[in-house]
This record gives sequence, structure tokens and C-alpha cells, in this order.
Amino acid sequence: MDYLSNILFAIILIAGIGFFIKNVLRLSRNIKLGKDVVVNDNKPQRLKNMAKIALGQTKMVVRPIAGFLHIIVYVGFIIINLEVLEIIIDGLFGTHRIFAFLGNSYNFLIGSFEILAVLVIVAVVIFWIRRNIIRIKRFIKPEMNGWPKNDGNLILYIEFVLMALFLTMNAADYQLQLLDAPHYTKAGAFPASQFIASLFSNMSMSSLIIVERTAWWLHIVGILFFLNYLYYSKHLHILLAFPNTYYGSVEPKGKLNNLEAITKEVKLMMDPSADPYAAPEENPEEDTPEKFGASDVQDLNWVQLLNAYTCTECGRCTSSCPANLTGKKLSPRKIMMDTRDRLEEVGKNIDANKGVFVDDGKQLLGDYITKEELWACTTCNACVEECPVSISPLSIIQDMRRYLVMEQSAAPVELNNMMSNIENNGAPWPYNQMDRLNWVEE
Amino acid sequence: MSNDKLKVPTMEQCMAEGRQPEILFWVGSAGSFDDRAKKISRAFVKILNKANVDFAVLGTEESCTGDVAKRAGNEFLFQMQALMNIEILNGYEIKKIVTCDPHSFNCLKNEYPGLGGTYEVIHHTQFIQNLMASGKLNVTGSLYKGKRITFHDPCYLGRANNEYNAPREVLQKTTAEIVEMKRHKRTALCCGAGGAQMFKEPEKGDKDVNVLRTEDALSTAPNIIATGCPYCITMMTDGVKNKEKEDTVKVMDIAEIIAAAIEQ
Repeated sequence: MDYLSNILFAIILIAGIGFFIKNVLRLSRNIKLGKDVVVNDNKPQRLKNMAKIALGQTKMVVRPIAGFLHIIVYVGFIIINLEVLEIIIDGLFGTHRIFAFLGNSYNFLIGSFEILAVLVIVAVVIFWIRRNIIRIKRFIKPEMNGWPKNDGNLILYIEFVLMALFLTMNAADYQLQLLDAPHYTKAGAFPASQFIASLFSNMSMSSLIIVERTAWWLHIVGILFFLNYLYYSKHLHILLAFPNTYYGSVEPKGKLNNLEAITKEVKLMMDPSADPYAAPEENPEEDTPEKFGASDVQDLNWVQLLNAYTCTECGRCTSSCPANLTGKKLSPRKIMMDTRDRLEEVGKNIDANKGVFVDDGKQLLGDYITKEELWACTTCNACVEECPVSISPLSIIQDMRRYLVMEQSAAPVELNNMMSNIENNGAPWPYNQMDRLNWVEE
Repeated sequence: MSNDKLKVPTMEQCMAEGRQPEILFWVGSAGSFDDRAKKISRAFVKILNKANVDFAVLGTEESCTGDVAKRAGNEFLFQMQALMNIEILNGYEIKKIVTCDPHSFNCLKNEYPGLGGTYEVIHHTQFIQNLMASGKLNVTGSLYKGKRITFHDPCYLGRANNEYNAPREVLQKTTAEIVEMKRHKRTALCCGAGGAQMFKEPEKGDKDVNVLRTEDALSTAPNIIATGCPYCITMMTDGVKNKEKEDTVKVMDIAEIIAAAIEQ
């Protein structure tokens, strides 16, 4: 009979982890739908960025209130999850508080978990108030309607419930320890849950056991649920912030990549010795000419797609975007959310069609991101600077502009004029190159 | 302004004289053709002449860097411009370039190397800072005493290339009072001209970016809005006009501010 709960636990654990692995594989498959790009330069700087930005949260604290609260939740979550290790061992082997032998260190750990749990609850409540009562501007932009808004709140509810369950479990356990209940090892310190425990003081031992076991089970099942909720949520950032800050750019923000395929063509064009009528070289890999720029997610590179999955929809980018601040349609956060949504759609299409993408008549450009948004960007890098996890919405905007201009000749008329001026007389205005030095004499 | 004739040798002349100048002044399309920006070019040359800097320009051999085409999405046109310019720059064996335009600065510094054009590229505010630090240029007199100057960070100097201090240090030397806008340095708001916006009408919205940025600047009650970019100058000047403050608030490039001070 006793083994029943151990077996049940093992089944839930394996299912939870198994489902999680399935999601990770799907995630990595989708990210690899992006174009290959080799990112192996400057590894020391990349590791440093990951340590500082993801682990050290340096960019979060640029906005001190949100940053401070986020650090509480982040530290609380990581540290309290140490407890999960004990829960798993206890669950599998029917032990109870297996690490109790650590003595004072154990008491210290449990005590700190409790204090952190209380702090997390406080932080989560403040977060909820910021989103729903104060309604901070960046949380109520149009792209946040529906699922994104619910997702944000749902994460807060889940965190609240998990912390509450943890404290309830400890409170009941503490009360059982006081009652000398068999199997309940006397261990741990309960600086927070002792106050809840006083509510349990009139309960019988068997009721207390039910409370303790229920909280214990719900807590671990809740954690496994949360683990699998990640893939469907902006909360995925808790994992992807690490690779994303590692693969984020280590170049000056102003540097925009040069397209190599174009360099080849331009050099050929400018080479006076090139024979324009020469037969193209036989090269099977170059059968399909490369598409310039991006109109759909497969045209973006995998780092840009990783960016999309990492976005936590905090809206710091949008709240600092000059276009958005002046009422234009562009919102850098929406660029990232659209990219992820479309990537998910493409991924589901592939799943439904036995591993191959079947044209669904849709694409990122037009069906998700409009030209109006793309042309409103001033390429000022404010969004890139603001992102606490090193996402570049600008790089996606630039690649989509490239598609519009080079594949569709669909630049705004004034920009076409500007570009033909450059082509004809080497300046964006219609002045003769021979007059370039006239400013000296004026 | 003084009527001293500006000395602006071209690379072609230097080559004919068999000498290699220390640095190339990349004037840029705005600096060559835009009426307002031409004044910045002249002011900067006044500084170069005053400090006896051995420089030259490409003159009619210079062409658009292609930066604005690249930002608009036309990588073809950008690379054509870049490769043409690189051929000329490498032909003259240029090692060091200074420019008053942060967009040219960024493009030459970060995007030309990948196409075979590697140079030491300096923004004019950095160059002026160096001249001052090495004692080659001194600002004396009290032209700006008691004046309030606020500095608007050009995106392609600041965020794009992390240079926030050079222009501020130069301004410090004028003894003016430097007042910062709420959004400055890392969080500075764009003037609205970047990413080829300079050459098109803005998208539909409830305000123009340059007006919002001008409000930022005016809230510091400045006598002068200083910046280091010809496009920012245009946008901020328009913003000040929009707010009908052109009689009390000047919009000036750092080079103009310093040139006026050394001419006293």
C-alpha cells in the first residue's frame, strides 16, 4: 500500500519531465528553422555577458523598483527550488525530510526558504498591483490584450499559490513535529510558517497529516505543471535568458551586418574584367538564388528566433521607442511577439504535415507585421539598449526592410527618391558630386 | 565669425605635393550640401586650422557612405557606395578619419571593415576633446559664462558607439553650465531622423519625435541645445521653431560652439 504513493509519484515525475523534454525538443526544432549563423567569436565576453546580464540581472535593476522585486522572485525561485531535490527524493523513496541530518545547516536552509517565500509573495502581489491596479502604461499596450495579459497574471497566481503551498506544508509539518507525530522528523526552522501553524493548533494529527500531504503533493505537482507551462508562456525567459544573453551581440550596437551574398554580386558588377555573358558556374548549392532580407520566420536567423522565444513581454523596449512614444503603430515588443506567434504557427504546420511545412498562404510580413510598423523605426537602438535579456527587435526590423526594398521595391516614395539620388550623384539630395567642395567658399 | 579664409586641402593636392596628411576629414553628404550642416563643416575646419591639424578632404572624390541606404534596407546600394569609397580611401592609404556625422562615423567605423576598409575613425567631438587634452586647442574668454547648455546625444554616437563623455567634456571647457535632460546618455530619446526618417514623412501618430525631444530639451530651460550630428541639428531646430522658441534658444553643433569661443 505504501508503495502506491511512491509509484504514483514516479509516474507523475516521469510524465512531467518527459513532457518537458518534448517541449524542449519542439522549441529547439523551431529555433533551428531559422537560417544558420555562426556565433563563436569573443567567447570570454559572451560568458561575461551571460553572467552579468542573465545571472547578475544587471539590466533589470536599471529600473530599480521592478528590478529589485524581480531579483527577489528570481533568487527566491532558484533557492527555494533546492527544496525540490529533497521533495523528489522523499517522494520516490518514501522518506521524509531526507536532508534533516544536515542539522543546523538544514534548519538554516529551511528558515531562509521560508523568508524568501514570504518575500516572493510580497513581490508577486506588488507585481499584480502594478499590472492590474496601477496599470503601468507598458503593460496595457494593444499587443498585450488577451492571452499575453492573462499569461502575465497567471504566472503571478501560480507563483503565489506555490509559495503558499510551501508555507502551508511547512506549517502543518511543524505542528506535526510538535505533536511528536511518527515519521515527521524533527527538523527545520519555521520563521514564517509558525504563524500559520498556530491556526492549526486545534487540529487532530490525522487532519494535519492530510493538510501536510495535500500541500506537499500540490506543491510538487504545481512545480511540474509550471515547468511545462513555460513553453506556452513568456515565462520561458527563465531558461532562455541564459543562452540569449550568451548569443546576443558583442559588437557596438550601431553595427549592422553586411550581407555577404550581396558583396559577391556587387564585386562582380564593379569588376571591369568580369564577363557579363559568362555562363554561371556550375554549383548545385546555388540553384536557388538567396532571398534578400526576411518576409517570414524561416528567413530570419536562429538567434533572432531565439530572441523571440526569450522575450518576456516586459515592454521596456516599447516604453522607450520614439515611434511608440509619439503614437505610431510600431512597438518593438510586438515585433518579437509576432515573430514568436508566427514561428509557433509554422511549427504546428510542420507537426501537422509530417515534418514538412506546407504553404499556408501567410507570412510574418503583412499578416503579422505591417509595413507601417517597419517604416516607423528610427533605428535608434533604444529598444536594444533597454532589453534586459539582450534581444534585438531592430535586427528583425532591418531584415524585413531589406526584403521590402530589395525583393519588392516597396520603399516609401520619398526613400526611393533619396536612393536614386545616391545612385545618380552620390548624395541623398539631388546635388552634383562635382559641387561637394563648394561649402568651403560659401 | 572671422573672415579668415579656410584652409581645406584635398587629398589630390596632397598627393601631388607628395605628402600624406595625418588625418582625413570625412565631410559627408550633409556637411557638403545641407545649408545648416555646411556651417558645421566650416566651424570644424576653423578648429582644425586653429590647432594646425594636418588634414585633408576627399572633395569631389567623396561620395555618400551609403549608410542611409543601408538603414532603409538597400544593402546593394550601400555596398556599391562602400566599395567605391573604400577603393578611393585605400588608394590614398588613409589610416585615420574624422567626421562630424555620427552616421558616417558609425558606418565607416563598424561596417566598412567587413568590406575591406579598416581605418581608425573618430567623431569630431572626440577629436576636439583630444585637441584640448593635448593642449593644441584652448578655449579662453567668457562667451558662454552663465549660459545653460543641454546636450542632446545623437543615437549613433551614444547608444550605437558608447560615446557619451567626449562631447560633455568639451562643453565643460566653455565654462557654461551643463544641464542634463531627464532622458540622456543611454536613455536619450532619438531626434526622429535616424533610420532614413530624415528623408521621408513620419508615419501616422499623435506627435512628431523631434517635437517630443525638443520638449525634453526645453524643460531644462537652456540657452543652447548642443548636439553633434547634422541631422539632429535639423530636427531640433525644427522642434524649437515649432515651439516658437527660436529667439531665445539656439541649436548648435559642438564644433560651432567651440569655433565661436576660440574666435573671440
